[in-house]
Amino acid sequence: MDKKNLKGWLYLLPAILFLGLFMVYPLIDVFIYSFEEGYNSASQTYYGVGLYNYSYVLHDPYFLQAVKNTFILVIFTVPISTGIALLISVGLSSIKKLKELFQTIYFLPYVTNTLAVGLVFMILFKKTPYTDGLVNLVINWFGGNSVDFIDGPYWAKMFVLCFYTVWVVLPFKILILTSALASVKQDYYNAAQVDGTSKWRIFTRITLPMISPMLFYLIITGFIGAFKAYSDAVALFGTNLNTAEMNTIVGYIYDMLYGNSGGYPSYASAAAIILFTIVLTITCINLLVSKKHVHYE
Amino acid sequence: MGKPVDYAKIEKSARTGERVRKTVIYLLLSVWALVVLFPFYWMVLTSVKSYSAYNSEYIPKLYTLSPTLQNYVDAFTTVPLGRYFLNTLIFTIATTALMLVVIVLAAFAFARLEFKGKNITFTLFLSLMMIPNELVIITNYVTITNWDMRNTFLGLILPSVTSVFYIYLLKENFELIPDELYKAAKVDGTSDLKYLLKVMLPISKPTLITITILKVIECWNSYVWPRLITDEEAYFLVSNGIQEIRENGFGRENIPAMMAAVVVISVPLIVLFLIFHKKIMEGVARGGTKG
Repeated sequence: MDKKNLKGWLYLLPAILFLGLFMVYPLIDVFIYSFEEGYNSASQTYYGVGLYNYSYVLHDPYFLQAVKNTFILVIFTVPISTGIALLISVGLSSIKKLKELFQTIYFLPYVTNTLAVGLVFMILFKKTPYTDGLVNLVINWFGGNSVDFIDGPYWAKMFVLCFYTVWVVLPFKILILTSALASVKQDYYNAAQVDGTSKWRIFTRITLPMISPMLFYLIITGFIGAFKAYSDAVALFGTNLNTAEMNTIVGYIYDMLYGNSGGYPSYASAAAIILFTIVLTITCINLLVSKKHVHYE
Repeated sequence: MGKPVDYAKIEKSARTGERVRKTVIYLLLSVWALVVLFPFYWMVLTSVKSYSAYNSEYIPKLYTLSPTLQNYVDAFTTVPLGRYFLNTLIFTIATTALMLVVIVLAAFAFARLEFKGKNITFTLFLSLMMIPNELVIITNYVTITNWDMRNTFLGLILPSVTSVFYIYLLKENFELIPDELYKAAKVDGTSDLKYLLKVMLPISKPTLITITILKVIECWNSYVWPRLITDEEAYFLVSNGIQEIRENGFGRENIPAMMAAVVVISVPLIVLFLIFHKKIMEGVARGGTKG
């Protein structure tokens, strides 16, 4: 019997070792770090235990800016991307010709390197002495004035960030919603058609309730993902996000850890735990709301 | 006597309505397809414009009549793009291969072996799925720094060789294989390891391929961890390389060369996607998320 036990654990050993070292231990450690005051990463000493790190982070203007940016990003991109994804998926599920081609095209951004394609977006939106950029050209056609979307006013930078984020997250949402729509039983639609139900009514009374679990899954994961935004912003505005006023909470955490402003794992830990608390709270609210509105078979 | 109902007319108007609806749908779908594809077109187009041509176009042209490959030459000669590429390849292959070994062994233990504490361990594993990367990355950074593994491949690879989600996915798949096969193998005196390699892995090949592709995509695009752990150019991966190129590579104005580098970096995954698009989309639909 003992040999059998040993064998099982032996097979599990690599996984346990790696998970223990790089997930369980860090998880405990991050809380310890966040309470150690004045931690010095060179000498690995600290002089007190308390809430100072949290207070420092919460009073840091860079952190507050990052929180503001992240919330704006979340508030705009989650509803917009979910809405567009729903629209496109409904459109996709009502056609037959070219359906697969469209699906494949729409999924393309998922497999591309966020940093690399972000550079293309930067070039499209950027205004330089040599050129106003393609997007500004289009704006000019419609009689608008050129705006520098990359180094210009705050709202313009935020717009590009939101636009790029939506572009990046849509493939996943479209894919999930299209497969959710495909799994709605045809019987329901047939029955509704016999009754002469209008298309809009079919959509709101049959389609939406049937895909509501998946829709809510997307909203919840969308919130979580948007709160963790970081590399999209780096792709557009470069690594010095604080100067660009475009930092995100995750960006703040990494800046505290590394780079010119780095070397403060305690502040980074406190910020990470604050972020985790925000995400957890929002997810719980989402789950409570979904209990009321989501239809489960 | 009411007017005779003109069925033909009703049918005709219904059909026109349907046709209008379809046209609108195709139009909207095409517009979005354009939004998705345009950045790719623009990146390829810019990469074949010559430096002087690009900079003389105050109003950017939507096509070019004199394409050049000079930018690609520049991309490989003025910045170590080949080096970034090779690093990423090594990182991707090593991480994926190591991860496959770890998760196959773990999934096999959970799916087929009987031992004390199996269920509780599995539950603990599952609960680890909820831990966001941002919480653990701080300590991992300190750990790897303390082990003097900054700017090494080991430091890059080690923290990402396990994935609880993939263990779970593979375990579910292993459990679909009928018990009888296992018992028969036992009677024949086949060892567990041999059974795993000769029977279970071949049967689970589709799932293994899906996991491999998803992991390759993840590795190829990873940015945050490599950025934290490498500051020597010799160990940069493509994402960090592209950021380096942007900040002090060809000089800020040589956009065409930059775009050539972007094309080179994007092509491998796009090719992979075009070959395996069905598998990739299936795999992601089964529960992948980005990043």
